[in-house]
Amino acid sequence: MEGSALKFLGAGIAMVGTLGAGLGLGMIFSAWITAIARNPAAEKKYFTIGMIGFAATELVLLMGFVIAYLLKSAA
Amino acid sequence: MASLLEEFEIHNMSGPMFTVAGHSITFTNSTLFMLLAITAGTALMVLAMRPAAMVPGRWQMLAETLYNAIANMVESTAGEKARPFFPFIFTIFVFILFCNLFGMLPWSLAVTSHIVVNLAIALTLFAIILITGFVKHGFHFFSLFVPHGLPWYMAIFIVPIEIVSFMVRPFSLSIRLFANMLAGHILLGVFAGMAATLLTAGWALKLVGILPLAFNVAMTGFEFFVAFLQAYIYAILSAVYLRDALEMH
Repeated sequence: MEGSALKFLGAGIAMVGTLGAGLGLGMIFSAWITAIARNPAAEKKYFTIGMIGFAATELVLLMGFVIAYLLKSAA
Repeated sequence: MASLLEEFEIHNMSGPMFTVAGHSITFTNSTLFMLLAITAGTALMVLAMRPAAMVPGRWQMLAETLYNAIANMVESTAGEKARPFFPFIFTIFVFILFCNLFGMLPWSLAVTSHIVVNLAIALTLFAIILITGFVKHGFHFFSLFVPHGLPWYMAIFIVPIEIVSFMVRPFSLSIRLFANMLAGHILLGVFAGMAATLLTAGWALKLVGILPLAFNVAMTGFEFFVAFLQAYIYAILSAVYLRDALEMH
């Protein structure tokens, strides 16, 4: 196979990491909603920690995106 | 078709102005939008608070809401001792927010979609965190890398991991913002291109072309939300990292 074709293939494979990030984000928001539903009074306290969890999980997705982007622009 | 990355290109607007240590300093579109962001942010805060009325008007309300959101967030995540650092975190927040929002204008450049800008802010933040940590705790600051109650044989593995995770923070902080802005703008470009191709085709495809156009309108609204959210997350994580230097666990 051609080298540039492999680069595009690699970029596609790098984006498979989105799968894990999607699952993780779903779990974070489901836990967040459950927590707020159980104790609505503490909603404000959950906001910051929920956002930190969101940011940490989203980083996995973005790392995959950056790798894919680098591979594609190197092609 | 024009490249999707064309909107991120940096143009020289002035020609070489002067050189510093072999680097020619020029006025680029990045400089222009940074200056715009600083001016707009300062103008909002200064002019909105000019009357400083007891019963706030619309603009004063906006300025006070932004101020209170960040002030409460810094106090709840980094503690009472982080009060002296609040102006710095608030400045970072307002600057990134306005850079992101100016990037949403047509024919503009989202300054934060260049990693060098974000990394410069993140490294400044880490210089401040390290200096604060060493001034406040001296060499005791290194105990940050050794969690409490850690058996000595585990320290061999945990300490290098903690050191690496500390060193990687400025990069993860800047990559998050840069990749978010880049991905968002590319997504808008992809769907705009799809809509343009379909809407200039035959009548049957014109009907289908409405869909990417409608999606793009919704995504533009979402991008404004992301612009705010990413600035807020940058500020939250700055406060979280600052807490390590102030309180040491």
